[in-house]
Amino acid sequence: MVTEFGHFLLALSLSISLIQFLIPAIGVKINSINMMKTASLSAYLSFIFVLFSFLALLWAYITSDFSVALVAKNSHSLKPLIYKISGLWGNHEGSLLLWILILTFYSAAISYLGKRLPLKLVSLVLSIQGLIAVAFISFILFTSNPFIRVFYPNIEGEGFNPILQDFGLAIHPPFLYLGYVGLSVSFSFSIAALFIGRVDTLWVKWVRPWALIAWIFLTIGIALGSWWAYRELGWGGWWFWDPVENASFMPWLATTALLHSSIVAEKRDTLKAWTILLAIVAFSFSLLGTFIVRSGVLISVHSFAADPSRGLYILLLLFLFTGGALFLFAKKSPDLKSGSLFQPISREGALIINNIIFSSAAATVLVGTLYPLFIDALSNSKVSVGPPYFESVFIPLMVPAILICAFSPMLSWKRAIISNLYERIIAIFILSILITSILVLLHDGSPTAFLGLFLGFWLMLGTIYEIAFKIGIGKKLEIVLNRIVNLPRSTYGMSLAHLGVAVFIIGVTVSSAWREDIEKSISLGDEIFIKNYKLIFSSYDKIQGPNWVADKGTFFIFKNNINIGSLYPERRFFPASQVTTSEPAIMSRVFSDLYVVLGEKITENNSYAIRVYYSPLLNWIWFGIILMVLGGIFSISDRKHRLGYTGFKKVS
Amino acid sequence: MNIAKIKRRRRFMIILFCFIAISISVFLILNASRDSLIFFYSPSEVKTINVIEGKTFRLGGLVVEESFEYIVNTKVQFMVTDGVNNIMVMYEGVLPDLFREGQGVICEGKLDPNGNFIAERILAKHDENYMPPEVVDKLKETDQWKERN
Repeated sequence: MVTEFGHFLLALSLSISLIQFLIPAIGVKINSINMMKTASLSAYLSFIFVLFSFLALLWAYITSDFSVALVAKNSHSLKPLIYKISGLWGNHEGSLLLWILILTFYSAAISYLGKRLPLKLVSLVLSIQGLIAVAFISFILFTSNPFIRVFYPNIEGEGFNPILQDFGLAIHPPFLYLGYVGLSVSFSFSIAALFIGRVDTLWVKWVRPWALIAWIFLTIGIALGSWWAYRELGWGGWWFWDPVENASFMPWLATTALLHSSIVAEKRDTLKAWTILLAIVAFSFSLLGTFIVRSGVLISVHSFAADPSRGLYILLLLFLFTGGALFLFAKKSPDLKSGSLFQPISREGALIINNIIFSSAAATVLVGTLYPLFIDALSNSKVSVGPPYFESVFIPLMVPAILICAFSPMLSWKRAIISNLYERIIAIFILSILITSILVLLHDGSPTAFLGLFLGFWLMLGTIYEIAFKIGIGKKLEIVLNRIVNLPRSTYGMSLAHLGVAVFIIGVTVSSAWREDIEKSISLGDEIFIKNYKLIFSSYDKIQGPNWVADKGTFFIFKNNINIGSLYPERRFFPASQVTTSEPAIMSRVFSDLYVVLGEKITENNSYAIRVYYSPLLNWIWFGIILMVLGGIFSISDRKHRLGYTGFKKVS
Repeated sequence: MNIAKIKRRRRFMIILFCFIAISISVFLILNASRDSLIFFYSPSEVKTINVIEGKTFRLGGLVVEESFEYIVNTKVQFMVTDGVNNIMVMYEGVLPDLFREGQGVICEGKLDPNGNFIAERILAKHDENYMPPEVVDKLKETDQWKERN
């Protein structure tokens, strides 16, 4: 009954979304305020209906109602509650429903927070959001209905892919989707602005926080996925340049560029057309990402629930939305007047270079990701583009971006006099070269490690110097305190985010350059030496989990002959799906990670295959990302970035 | 300087930067793809096309039932088939979780002079019912494909 109710509400929300799309659009056309005003109500209603529809499906999952086909296929009564819940979005249909829930949530949020925005703009934005909702709700209803019943239900479900049963991955899709779908807001705002034909700094002020929110969630979502891959997949890596990973990374790059160009658009009233284009591109990338993940057209190590025929529909949507938006952009963007002027060497100039680099980087990732498709279409041979491509293309492209990033916040708007900055830049340069040289010489590093570390320290010192300069370190205490309090939060946000990038670069460089790994078979009581750690394989037990049985190994860890703890890697067997997975055990310390994977038992000589990785500073990758996210949160908490801020134009 | 001149100069600079960025990107892409393109072959293709010895490629197929054995320690060998031809694969290391006889597998590595495949990496999907699409195609071509449910 609950299921049918959910199904009905979803169908109802389709018609509401259709109304949300049509009525306000007509209202804008014939200038009817009453018709425009309906947009808000439709958005709320649509959200409430989808929410209850979602809850109905959730109910089926929680109560393990195996008469619902989707639940029977993906769930199991013995699963822990959190994985019953996350099982909802661990498949195509359910994840699509989550997508729509988030889309309608954003629409409702736009109408709630946009009360003080011009009615015409909000109505158009909601109308476009409604159109996107129509497309996706009809997609789910007609091709991938989650509410279908089975006539002869089984007593037990088929179980849920065990490798997905992990906390990080349970919450990864909601965050990723909050990011992906969040990009629809800046997309809709851009389309609305193109229709209206006017973009001013106030418009940018409204869009920027939405883009920032999408960016924050996207960052968290990607990081969670990568954290899961690191802890669960047992190869000690966290990024593989897999098509599915790239699918989330391309919108991230575009959104990062969008955030930077919108600063220029907001502060200097220029680069507006470009900002709009980036908003369109970012959302198109997120649709493309959905397509890549859902269609299975590309060989990916971790795509789930793929179905080519459904992929085609998403591809069609992608063409319609992107094509339509780009057509509109080509037609209308020449009308957008760009405002103030600037010299090449200026903050604007530096931000433009950032934008060009990020866009090129996104384009090269796109080429690498889609290349196998072209080759397949042209010559019918199957190829895959591996990490070496991305490493040799993406990394060199980002080098100048990082070099510029360290000092561009010091440049003044319009026209910067670079000679004023020479002293600072040279000081930072010498200091970072010095630190890097010492570290590399001490630990016998490679030239790549040198470059990576230098970039990391260069950016870190540049950022610290810049913020220290702004708060006037060295001046009187009261001046400094006063400045610390009065500096806009968005300034702190920027510094935190850039610092995060620096920490991230250092983490990536060090953990890959100085990583060590051992792969061998050992018997009980054997010792393994890695770096200055000693591992003793002390025991081996059988344990019972909620929906699995496992072999658990115990390893005592010694560092410089002092026992610092134990690690318990497991091999879990899930009877429901007849699958064995290995659960690596990780000892995460500030300066290094120790990672143990228990492999198969080799019966011939009663030993076990194990893998041990030592990765220094791996944690810094996560620290760096956390700093970036904090930077985003700081920025958004800035008074002038609050959502729905209408702004009193500051006289400056 | 008058406004038009500044604007023109600005536009010129932007176009110049774009041009530089695009040329660098294209250069990097062309430079990279030679080594990082990894071709995918089935055992039959390996036998018919002359795969260059020492070049890394991916071999996909099904692990032949009862062909898997340990040699020493973590060194293993098994046969990969597409229903027509088989190739012996050697691998040293820990096998992925979802590696099983009768299941689809993708191995990355090179051929040795004896025609055996020395795998450097065994790729596993995270889905127990996974079969590489290429393998499905090949199995369909050779009528070995059975719809599983």
